[in-house]
Amino acid sequence: MKEFKVTPIRNGTVIDHIDVGMALKVLRIIGLKGENVQSTVSMLMHVPSKKGEWKDIVKIEDRELDPKELDKVALISPNATINIIRDYNVAEKFIVEVPEIVRGIVRCQNPGCVTNLMEPVEPEFVVESKKPLLLRCIYCERLMSDVSDYLI
Amino acid sequence: MTSNFEGVDLVTIRDFSRDQIEHVMNLAEKMIPIALGEERSDLLSSHLLGSLFFEPSTRTRLSFASAMARLGGITLGFDQPLGASIQKGETLADTIKMVDAYTDVIVLRHSAEGSARLAAHFAEKPIINAGDGAGQHPTQTILDLFTIRKAKGKIGDINVALVGDLKYGRTVHSLAEALALFGAKLMFVAPKTLQMPKETVRAVEKLGAKPAMLTTIEESLAEADIMYVTRIQKERFPDLAEYQKVSGEFKINNALLKDAKPELKIMHPLPRVDEIQAEVDSTDHALYFQQAFNGVPVRMAILSLILGAKS
Ligand SMILES: Nc1ncnc2c1ncn2[C@@H]1O[C@H](COP(=O)(O)OP(=O)(O)OP(=O)(O)O)[C@@H](O)[C@H]1O
Ligand SMILES: [Mg+2]
Ligand SMILES: [Zn+2]
Repeated sequence: MKEFKVTPIRNGTVIDHIDVGMALKVLRIIGLKGENVQSTVSMLMHVPSKKGEWKDIVKIEDRELDPKELDKVALISPNATINIIRDYNVAEKFIVEVPEIVRGIVRCQNPGCVTNLMEPVEPEFVVESKKPLLLRCIYCERLMSDVSDYLI
Repeated sequence: MTSNFEGVDLVTIRDFSRDQIEHVMNLAEKMIPIALGEERSDLLSSHLLGSLFFEPSTRTRLSFASAMARLGGITLGFDQPLGASIQKGETLADTIKMVDAYTDVIVLRHSAEGSARLAAHFAEKPIINAGDGAGQHPTQTILDLFTIRKAKGKIGDINVALVGDLKYGRTVHSLAEALALFGAKLMFVAPKTLQMPKETVRAVEKLGAKPAMLTTIEESLAEADIMYVTRIQKERFPDLAEYQKVSGEFKINNALLKDAKPELKIMHPLPRVDEIQAEVDSTDHALYFQQAFNGVPVRMAILSLILGAKS
């Protein structure tokens, strides 16, 4: 029998193995601010993982993540796993993956970058390294490693 | 033969391979008599250059216009956006699309980093970056390489000291990388707080250079064949006293140069203020006015290659 610290969900998504401290950022990515949320969302922060480290977990009922959301989760928490729950069981499980090109989901941290002006372009980065994360703006060429404060 | 240049954008020096840079320099060499006005050319007649300077520039703007005119081409544009539609809030993207329709090639200087890459996305015609904020200025890099090659006969295996503010000037970063690509031996001479950023040091090391990191000009004097001086700006220092102390130590005068190799050549992207004293101008060390002139043949070469003009 599984032991749960929160009520099990029938259908939905469990985002597990989130880098400890990033759960609130994950909530922001999936846009759960209260207004339109019709289902239960639970969040566990600072839980021990099997590997003896700490992690966060986010569980969302009746909802799956779209590709943009998955990319954003990958950028702030490259080891997170996505568990699709159907009828109380883990029906699918995969690890998020940092994309090769990051377009339209992160702002350039360089305030002087042309993408931070009113120009009609989406910020775009080439992923130079996935672990540790290193992005290069294709416009100003500035490198960025911590993107958690720059998610769009 | 080196690859085809026709229609390509020149946004960063990395857009050109070493072979391509050599090719530009070889053509620039042939352009010198035309740049001097000794020979006439109509290589670019009926070609139009859109020259968009959103930020002030004397040397770069005039040398592009001179290069274009010497080859029989025409330059349109502005040197400050006053009165231009930008003042009314037009985006750079829209300005570029308009000028793209009026001209054959666009030279752009703009304060925003990455603006030339953005322009290249919106323009069909080639974009030449003439400085984007603290970003890239590739034609300056090529003319610097050309100047060194002309003065020394080669770029590889000579000692080049980059002196002054190495932290903030991105043009000095791309120059360092280009010099490493050509096998020059590098010395980075700067006050501790203005040393070359790690990223650039790593990039030149990847190209096989082992730069010496120095804090005084004196340490580089005995070996330097080329000294490339950049200005140390007041804004970079928390207090005036510190600025005065440091900038004083980074001034070049004839007394200092007594200990230099007689063949040492001094370069500077200009405008200088007082980092090279006027008394140096009349010595054999001064190469900076030659360097400024070289902007014309180098830009003639770049324009004619990118426009695909056949001589
Ligand atoms: N019905 C459910 N409701 C809520 N959470 C669930 C449900 N089923 C599984 N989970 C949670 O989803 C995550 C993955 O479940 P799983 O049974 O695959 O655990 P696991 O074998 O430890 O997986 P992993 O190796 O990825 O850590 C765990 O955090 C688990 O607590
Ligand atoms: Mg587990
Ligand atoms: Zn940028």
